[in-house]
Amino acid sequence: MAAPGAAGGGRSGAPAAEWGGFEDNMQGGGSAVIDMENMDDTSGSSFEDMGEMHQRMKEEEEEAEGEAGAGEEEEDGEFLGMKGLRGQLGRQVADQMWQVGKRQASRAFSLYANIDILRPYFDVEPVQVRARLLESMIPVKMINFPQKIAGELYGPLMLVFTLVAILLHGMKTSDTIIREGTLMGTAIGTCFGYWLGVSSFMYFLAYLCNAQITMVQMLSLLGYGLFGHCITLFVTYNIHFHSLFYIFWLVVGGLSTLRMVAVLVSRTVGHTQRLILCGTLAALHMLFLLYLHFAYHKVVEGILDTLEGPNMPPFQRVARDIPAVSNAVLNTTAKAIALTL
Amino acid sequence: MAAAEGSGAGGSLFPGLADVSISQDIPVEGEITVPVGSHSPDEDYSTLDEPVKDTIMRDLKAVGKKFVHVMYPRKSSALLRDWDLWGPLVLCVSLALMLQGGSADSKDDGGPQFAEVFVIIWFGAVVITLNSKLLGGTISFFQSLCVLGYCVMPLTVAMLVCRLVLLAGAGTISFIIRLIVVGAMFAWSTLASTAFLADSQPPNRKALVVYPIFLFYFVISWMILTFTPQ
Repeated sequence: MAAPGAAGGGRSGAPAAEWGGFEDNMQGGGSAVIDMENMDDTSGSSFEDMGEMHQRMKEEEEEAEGEAGAGEEEEDGEFLGMKGLRGQLGRQVADQMWQVGKRQASRAFSLYANIDILRPYFDVEPVQVRARLLESMIPVKMINFPQKIAGELYGPLMLVFTLVAILLHGMKTSDTIIREGTLMGTAIGTCFGYWLGVSSFMYFLAYLCNAQITMVQMLSLLGYGLFGHCITLFVTYNIHFHSLFYIFWLVVGGLSTLRMVAVLVSRTVGHTQRLILCGTLAALHMLFLLYLHFAYHKVVEGILDTLEGPNMPPFQRVARDIPAVSNAVLNTTAKAIALTL
Repeated sequence: MAAAEGSGAGGSLFPGLADVSISQDIPVEGEITVPVGSHSPDEDYSTLDEPVKDTIMRDLKAVGKKFVHVMYPRKSSALLRDWDLWGPLVLCVSLALMLQGGSADSKDDGGPQFAEVFVIIWFGAVVITLNSKLLGGTISFFQSLCVLGYCVMPLTVAMLVCRLVLLAGAGTISFIIRLIVVGAMFAWSTLASTAFLADSQPPNRKALVVYPIFLFYFVISWMILTFTPQ
């Protein structure tokens, strides 16, 4: 045991000598192997090394100063004060510059990192987006098997912006005036508020009801459900018949609601939970379409006056009179309401 | 000789590396030179000493060149390479000023109108840029902002024309004229910005980038078209 061990040790000594030469190459200068840790790189990934370098710099400076100070001390006593002051000032300036640089680097790094978090959700092809848009109107039949939801954010985001544009168009053509706010701000706030707020609320309910759905999937599902809203509002903001709107509301809104409900049902177990989830989603979805049509479209002046009365709330919508257009629209709307009521 | 011995001795301990022979007898030598660019005389010329007129004229010429690029959209990289945001700022401010006071009660809506247009243009451009970056675009943030801002120029021209037409009267004919002019300028803006931005995308995703640009210029065109002075 001892002899093979010694022999092994002897034998290991020879390769160790060779390997030792190899080790030197890995660490020292004048080698072809680049040691990434010691690269003088100001990108965000190595600012810990910047700190080390700075620390080393500071220590070297202090050492140099200490030596210089000790050297100068005997020579000229009055120069010590100035050199000491300059050294300190230099150190402070270097310190400040490094702090500012570090702050900038970390801010830039975190900004870049945030964009990269969202990158996989935007990895789509145009054909996929088109297919998903059409699918969002077709209710699935198989609810015993969990349906696949694509966790993609490009389509929903574009649909929300399209809804904002359509809403803007509707508000302009119906000449709604918004006091204490702007048209654009209201449209963006409403659409994004619905998409993000209702998605979060539904995700919370899904968590309570043990449904198998993630936040991104919920955002995606609800976002694609807005496709029906876009179609309905685009048509009915231009053709002002209330009966047409109700038909569209039931058919188009109903189809997209049915699809969302079917997908959620396929991912939930238990009757009560299914009922809670799907009832809430259906109610919110359909009511939102109703709200968008009536709140941002031409409202007959009489109804507003009787509802609100003398005390006007600060956020109000008042119909404005453009004689040529508004009379025609008023008459048509009044007739349509009279027909439906 | 020494290498063979070394590898023979090392073969028992490191069987996988028996083929590797590390010899210390043959030195590695050569020259590694990093080509240093020769200092051209322009680099030493500091722009701090030149007269102010030269500085301003240089910047104005750059801005003017970019405007010409927008008017005749060719695939050139000058717009992208030296980006600047002067042109977009001037265009945005002039468009917002012209769109101001376009609603009925000027005491209520005169204020937000300027801020609305300003915010729409800049936040819209930021969102489109982020979207194109997330879809895998190779263009940088400010380059994209620069292109989108400069391509608002046709719409600013359309706004000027609309204002002039509205001075003459606000009837159906003027509406048709305005519709045609705004529609043409909207198409021009979208095509111009697409010519610059779509090249930086992977080829099968161009439609995904073009749609938000279309929507952005559509909203601005809509604001111009529905402008009625008081």
